[in-house]
Amino acid sequence: MRASPIRWLSAEVLQIAAETPRVKTIRLAVPGWRKHLPGQHVDVRLTAEDGYQAQRSYSIASPPEEDGIALTVERLEDGEVSTFLTGELRAGDQIELRGPLGGYFTWTVERGGPLALVAGGSGVVPLMAMVRHRAAQASRIPMHLLCSWRSADDVIYRDELALLAARGDGLDVTHTLTRGAPAGWRGYTRRIDREMLLEILTGPDARPIAYVCGPTPMVESTATLLVSLGHAPERIWTERFGPTGGGS
Amino acid sequence: MMGEDVFRLDGNGAAGVLQEIFAVEMTTASCTCEGCGRVSPVGALHLYGGAMGSVLRCPSCEALVLCITSGPRGHFIELRGIMRV
Amino acid sequence: MITRGFKSTRLRSDPSRVPPGQYVTNDFPVLSAGPTPRTPLDAWSFGLRDVHEKELATWRWKDLLALPSSTVTVDIHCVTKWSKLDTQWKGVTIDALLEAAGLAPPTPYLTAFCDGGYTTNLALEDLLDGRGLVAYEYDGAPIEPEHGGPARLLVPHLYFWKSSKWVRGLAFMEDNEPGFWETHGYHLRGDPWKEERYAGD
Repeated sequence: MRASPIRWLSAEVLQIAAETPRVKTIRLAVPGWRKHLPGQHVDVRLTAEDGYQAQRSYSIASPPEEDGIALTVERLEDGEVSTFLTGELRAGDQIELRGPLGGYFTWTVERGGPLALVAGGSGVVPLMAMVRHRAAQASRIPMHLLCSWRSADDVIYRDELALLAARGDGLDVTHTLTRGAPAGWRGYTRRIDREMLLEILTGPDARPIAYVCGPTPMVESTATLLVSLGHAPERIWTERFGPTGGGS
Repeated sequence: MMGEDVFRLDGNGAAGVLQEIFAVEMTTASCTCEGCGRVSPVGALHLYGGAMGSVLRCPSCEALVLCITSGPRGHFIELRGIMRV
Repeated sequence: MITRGFKSTRLRSDPSRVPPGQYVTNDFPVLSAGPTPRTPLDAWSFGLRDVHEKELATWRWKDLLALPSSTVTVDIHCVTKWSKLDTQWKGVTIDALLEAAGLAPPTPYLTAFCDGGYTTNLALEDLLDGRGLVAYEYDGAPIEPEHGGPARLLVPHLYFWKSSKWVRGLAFMEDNEPGFWETHGYHLRGDPWKEERYAGD
């Protein structure tokens, strides 16, 4: 058991890019960064001049093969930290963070597969680190990613996921929209249910490793459905983001 | 389960404070619940408490497994059952 | 390290109205030490117990609603630093409960006990003279389960962890024995105006 004391680090914002109108990816340089595992997160702490502090956790979107880290943050209504990170923050700023955190919800190619990844909204962020890591390792481990979104405008990483899936190396990506779809949409248009999981994911006989991340109700109902389909509970890993889906 | 708790998190959310105190990665530590005997990794425990503290409970029976609060005079840690790190 | 450009969305307010270290919020954050209990009203009761756990008085839901009620508008202060001003609650004062039970309180201290096992300790004098209510309405409507419904204790002059959610009764005790959060380092009394957040403050 390796000692890994944790301390607050000062990270420099390199770049901020919009994924959707409400979601931005922040690229950071973190001196002293200990290489992370796909799925891990950081705690971000903001301090106002009057000493007021706010702290939230954000999953790392980038794979360990890249320098620095990327955080993908959704701006939540009334979210004091997410509003700051997606609004006021600019390149050149310093923010305090600590990490990488969380060895439970992690995957590397060494763990094998096949993989069943299920995301609700911003729950896709830690799973994207896993997708990107797999691609960086040129792995052919079968990986099925199912993402649930409210609307087509909410879908993040859409083009990159489509490009990666088009390689035909064993990555499959499926999206479902729960609040209506644009004309021409050929994906699912409903909440994740038993039938969808049966159709999309590798069945339990192949003993896939499942990672489920997103709002708490979605994670809990999906995990329950997976167990009811015969997946071993000890091969289902969950990360709950709370009521709204991530940070705030 | 006592019904849907949308505000519930899990042990992943306590990763920071746990590593701060124990100086090792703790979410993969395995806990045996004193109430029902279920064995869960810390990452799978139900997390409550918000900014008041980390109250980690068994995902099966909701019995308290680990409770951590942090104040100006240090951390208070309560552990029930057995934890293997 | 000060974060450039970060200003809290919570507002500092009039210090005569808002205790030290608090920030005013317009929302109503939800925080609990465990899952939300869902006790059906026909199974619900509120009891007063003596030091030997003997039931001194019990009220069913309809009994509680039949007692004289009070509607109060108060400010509430959470130890996690948010304060919410002018919140309206309806319920039964502890004075009215004691009177209905014909009880002289037997001890100076008590534990509020709740569905889910949560407890908090209180001095009786912090509940008398209208300072404490068993509340069943917030903002003119039944209290939502996530905010402590069907009934919660309301003791607004102390930090809000003392206003225990899902309250099911008060157990009198001789000594001021710490409840859940108090056992874990929070202050025994919790007066926000003296910033009694943690034991030893």
